[in-house]
Amino acid sequence: MSYIIAEGLTKQYGSGDAAVIAAADISFQIEEGEFIGIMGESGSGKSTLLGMMGAMNAPTSGRFIVDDIDIYSLGQEQRADFRREFLGFIFQSFHLVPYLTVIENTMLPLAVVKAGRKQKREMAQEALSQVGLLEKAQRLPNQISGGEKERVAIARSIVNEPPVLLADEPTGNLDTKTSREIMELLKRLNQKGMTIVMVTHSPDCAGYAQRIMRVSDGKLVGENSNVRSLDRWHRKERKKESLPSQNQATAAIQSPG
Amino acid sequence: MNLKIIVFRNLLRRKAKAAFVIAGLVLGVSTVIGIISYVEAMTNDINHKLEKYGANILIVPRTENLNLTYGGISLGGVSFEMEEIREKDLERVTTIKNSNNIAALGPLVLGVANVESHKVLMAGVDFKSAGILKPWWHVQGALPGEDGVVLGAEAARVLNMAVGNGLKVNDKDLVVSGILQATGSQDDQLIFARLPTVQAIFGKSGRVSMAEVAALCKDCPIEAMVKQISDALPGAKVMAIQQVVKSRMETLAQFKQFSYGISGVILFIGSMVVLVTMMGSVRERTDEIGIFRAIGFRKSHIMKIVFMEAAIVSGLAGITGYFLGFGATKAALTLFSESHSGNVPFSFELAGSAVTIALAVGLISSAYPAFMAARLDPNEALRAL
Repeated sequence: MSYIIAEGLTKQYGSGDAAVIAAADISFQIEEGEFIGIMGESGSGKSTLLGMMGAMNAPTSGRFIVDDIDIYSLGQEQRADFRREFLGFIFQSFHLVPYLTVIENTMLPLAVVKAGRKQKREMAQEALSQVGLLEKAQRLPNQISGGEKERVAIARSIVNEPPVLLADEPTGNLDTKTSREIMELLKRLNQKGMTIVMVTHSPDCAGYAQRIMRVSDGKLVGENSNVRSLDRWHRKERKKESLPSQNQATAAIQSPG
Repeated sequence: MNLKIIVFRNLLRRKAKAAFVIAGLVLGVSTVIGIISYVEAMTNDINHKLEKYGANILIVPRTENLNLTYGGISLGGVSFEMEEIREKDLERVTTIKNSNNIAALGPLVLGVANVESHKVLMAGVDFKSAGILKPWWHVQGALPGEDGVVLGAEAARVLNMAVGNGLKVNDKDLVVSGILQATGSQDDQLIFARLPTVQAIFGKSGRVSMAEVAALCKDCPIEAMVKQISDALPGAKVMAIQQVVKSRMETLAQFKQFSYGISGVILFIGSMVVLVTMMGSVRERTDEIGIFRAIGFRKSHIMKIVFMEAAIVSGLAGITGYFLGFGATKAALTLFSESHSGNVPFSFELAGSAVTIALAVGLISSAYPAFMAARLDPNEALRAL
C-alpha cells in the first residue's frame, strides 16, 4: 500500500450557479521517499490540491490517506497535530515571523512540543546547519537575503524531521542561482528519505522531481517522469497563454478603435 | 522556544499597541483605585472627626414615663422622674464584644441643687473621660478637686460667680475652680463637680443618672454596640446619637455608589480599548496565526498566546494603575481635603484587587479576539496573503 493515497479529491467553493470546482476527482498515489512535482498554470488548482494534502483544506468529497491515516476523518485539532508531526511546509513567500530571530523561526514548530530548551536548540542548529545558515542564527528576517529567508523556511520545515515536505513554489521569489541552491538542498533532503511534494511553475525545478503531476482546470491531466516531454508541454502551455483567445481576437477585430 | 517567547517578542515588537492597551487599562484601574482610596480616606476622616464629636451613645435609666419637655420648656410641673443606674452595673459596659471600640465611658449623676436663692441643675462627672466626651469644653481656671466646682458660663453669670469664689450647695461649701467658656449647649446652665462629690451631696452614692459613651465606630456598626450595651444593661435604655453619624454615613454611601458607577463606566471604556486593540492586533497578525496553525499549533495554543499577551499587559496595567491611583489620591487629599487627616496607607489588598480587576478586564475583553484568532482557517489565512 502506498504511503500517500488521494482518492477522488474534489473541492467545490460556493454552491449553485456560483459554484467553482477547484479540484475535481483527483486520485494519485505517492510512495515513501518520492520527490513529486505538481505543475499547472495559474488557477489550475495546484494550491488547492496542496492545501488538501496539507490537512488544511478539507475536500468536499474524497479521501486523503497518509501512512494509513485518513486525514479528513480526524478532527481539526488532530489535523493540527498531524501537520506538526508529519508535515513540513515551505511557503512561496517564506512566511517567517518578523520579530523572531532565524533560530527562533526555525524552532517555531517545536514551540508546542514537549522537549527541553537545549534539545530544541540543538534540533534547530542541526536544521540550520543543513541549510548552511548556522552563522546567521541570531539575525532577524529583515537582516537576511531572500535566498536566506527561503533557507530558514526550509530549516523550519525540517526541524522536527517530518516524513513529508510540502513546498509551494519554493523558488518563486528567487533568482536562478539561488533557486538552484534551494533545489539542490531539497534534493539532498529527498536523498535522506524525505517524501517531497512540490508545486512549481519552473521546468528547471520540476526537473529535480522523480515524477511530475500536471493539473489543469482542477483536474489531474497526466503524470510524466520525462522532463523533456514535460518541457515541451510547458512551452506549449506558455505559448497558449501568450496568444489571445479566439474570443479576445474576435472582440479586438470588431472593436473600432 | 515556547509560547512565552513568542508572546514576549511580539509585545516588544508592538510596543506602541501594548502601551495603548496598558494606558487604557491604567486609566480605568487608577480611577477605580483613586476613587476607592479617596472614599476610604474620607471615611477615615469622618470617623476621626466623629471621634472628636465626643459621646455618641447615651445610657439612661429605663422609665415608663413620657418626657414632659418640649423645645426646652418643661410642662406640667414635673421636673424629674428619676431612676438611676447602679455604678457597679455600668462596669459591664467595658466587657461587651466591641469594648475595644469604646474610647470613653462617662457616668453622670444629676440633681437639683440650691445655690444661694437659685435652683440649679448640678452634674457629677468624671472629668478624665469628659476630656474625650466633651472635647469642646474649655475651662477657664482649673478642673475641680474634691470640694471644687466648674460653673457653666450662664450659671456663673446668673450666680455672679468668678473663679476662686466660694458657694454653698445644699449646705456644702464648695469653691469655684473654673468656669466653662460658653458652649451654646445645656452645659452652660449647669454646675459641674466630681462624681463622688455630687453623689455625696444628693445621697446617691454608687448610683448614676445616666452615662455617655464615646464609641469609635470605624470598624463596627454603632447599632451593634448599642445592642451589646443593652444586653449588658437590661435595666437601662441605650440610644445612639445617630443623626450625625447616619447622615454622614449616608452621604458617604451615596458618594461611594456614585463613585462605583463612574468606575464601572471607566472600566467598561477601558475594556473596549482592550477589545478594539486586541481585535486589531489579531487582524494584523493573520499571516502569523496562519503560519502557526499551518505548522501544527492547535486552536488552544493560539488562544493561549492571545490570553498570555493580555495577561502580561493587564498585569502591568494593574500594578501601574494601583500606584497611579494611590498617588492621585494622596495628591487629591493634599489639594482638596481641609483637615488632611485622611491617611491613605499602602494596601496589599487594594493592590491585589487592582491587578485582579485589570486581569479580569483584560482577559474578558480579549476572549472574543482570542476566539477569532483561534478560529482562523490556516488555509484561508495563507491564501489571503
